[in-house]
Amino acid sequence: MNGTAMALPPSIWLHWLGLAPFAEFGFMQRALLGCLALSVSASPIGVFLMLRRMSLTGDAMAHGILPGAAVGYLLSGLSVGAMTLGGLMAGLVVAIGSGLVARSTVMREDTSLAAFYLISLAIGVLIVSWRGSNVDLLHVLFGTVLALNNDALWLMVGVASITLLGLAVLYRPLVLECLDPVFLRSVSCWSPVAHYGFLVLLVLNLVAGFHALGTLMAVGFLVLPAAAARFWVREITALLVLSSLFALLASVAGLLLSFHADLPTGPAIVLSLGALYLGSMFVGRQGLLCQRPSLQPHLKA
Amino acid sequence: MVHPIHLDNLTLGYERHPAVHHLSLTLAPGSLVGVVGPNGSGKSTLLKALARLLQPMQGQVHGLTGQRIAYLPQHSEIDRGFPIRVADLVAMGLWHEVGALGGLTRGQRRRCEDALQTVGLGEFGHRTLDTLSGGQFQRALFARLLLQDADLVLLDEPFAAVDTRTTQDLLAILSQWHRAGKTVLVVLHDLPQVMTHCPEALLLARSAVAFGSTHDVLTPVNLQRARRMTEAWDESAPVCQDAMAFPESPAPVSHREVMP
Repeated sequence: MNGTAMALPPSIWLHWLGLAPFAEFGFMQRALLGCLALSVSASPIGVFLMLRRMSLTGDAMAHGILPGAAVGYLLSGLSVGAMTLGGLMAGLVVAIGSGLVARSTVMREDTSLAAFYLISLAIGVLIVSWRGSNVDLLHVLFGTVLALNNDALWLMVGVASITLLGLAVLYRPLVLECLDPVFLRSVSCWSPVAHYGFLVLLVLNLVAGFHALGTLMAVGFLVLPAAAARFWVREITALLVLSSLFALLASVAGLLLSFHADLPTGPAIVLSLGALYLGSMFVGRQGLLCQRPSLQPHLKA
Repeated sequence: MVHPIHLDNLTLGYERHPAVHHLSLTLAPGSLVGVVGPNGSGKSTLLKALARLLQPMQGQVHGLTGQRIAYLPQHSEIDRGFPIRVADLVAMGLWHEVGALGGLTRGQRRRCEDALQTVGLGEFGHRTLDTLSGGQFQRALFARLLLQDADLVLLDEPFAAVDTRTTQDLLAILSQWHRAGKTVLVVLHDLPQVMTHCPEALLLARSAVAFGSTHDVLTPVNLQRARRMTEAWDESAPVCQDAMAFPESPAPVSHREVMP
């Protein structure tokens, strides 16, 4: 029996595992490749976002890129290059502008960011509504992960490469900036490099994620895998690896769910990430169930 | 390289209100100085300026260039829930050797283990920060200070909320730094502790009430003078005329007079 099973061709295995769509359809392969790039790139950024207590900041900035993408759309239609460049510029204006306002006025950073992103979001929706149809608006807001073209894929792979390289250089200052910013400022000049470098990487990943999941859900790849992984591990390097693996796992599950149940793909992926988060919250090593004292007899002092 | 540090007419503060007013003194190389004074007397502000984290409103600090400085703030801003091992926190003390990009050699890892051993945390390297008690956490920060191997060590109330045994162990490290010829400034509120462990003291009440040998500084008369300092934030205080008397100062920001 075992011998027969081992002799089966790979395509049968793929069918048996429900993975056949990835072998048969080019658009599923492209979607998977895009999600793989986002998993290795956006999830580690999400870990630092979570550790800096900036998860909602990431969400606000994801909304902030809309007017830039909309202006790109206005000038060049659904062009990856124009929308990316516009989104990048709008994201950086929101990130740096809100930071400057917070530093030079009485306004706190969270309120300043909320003001900037709301203005951005309203401008973006107005621009898209002015020239485009509801379909275009949905495209910008929710992305089109099953229709990623070569340009979008190159962008995502390029952003993933830049992010991994950037994190390799910024890793130690970034950890210190999250953990003990006063110490970093007292021993080096890396503090602003780590802060603004991280913001640039964040905006890049939001722009890459926006092509797959749209501006409203792009932050899903950042926040949910990191939050789910936090329930399992207690050390940052394990957190970075596990969050990427969770993102990839949820991407595969979401793409298959969308394919087999004929559901919109972006929400299916984000819901898969959400299910992973909720499951981890209960059964993770630091989740609700394992934290119950009755389940873990204590050791001798 | 340990140099003397000269504070020259140093005025530090916030929004033109001085916290340290026209302070001039010289810290000899290798001195161990207890900084004492009432709350709001400018002790923490002075340490921040010496750590180069605060620009003077007026005056200068000479002698910091070329000195390696280690600074432990009063309420450490460290996020104790951060997912990092104690050994990795301590290894940050080797920043001056490895920088942002370098990896740790086997020898450097051994020095991290030795530093943990010295502060009594030999078995704690693999634990995460959230599992440490307050005292163990302070010991870990001292292990990091040991690795920084600084010429000038600045400690702001390092024994607040730490038990007697831990305090004694950490005071022994202070004495070790003193014997090694490092300049140490430590803010303390426990006057008997300053009397016992610090050969010199600086009594601050925005300006220096007294500076020198601890027994000469911590006299009842001086302490009474320091206690008279008020923490008032007087918005209508006049502009300090002394500030105008030093036009050569690199940062001649006009600031308000200190109310006695």
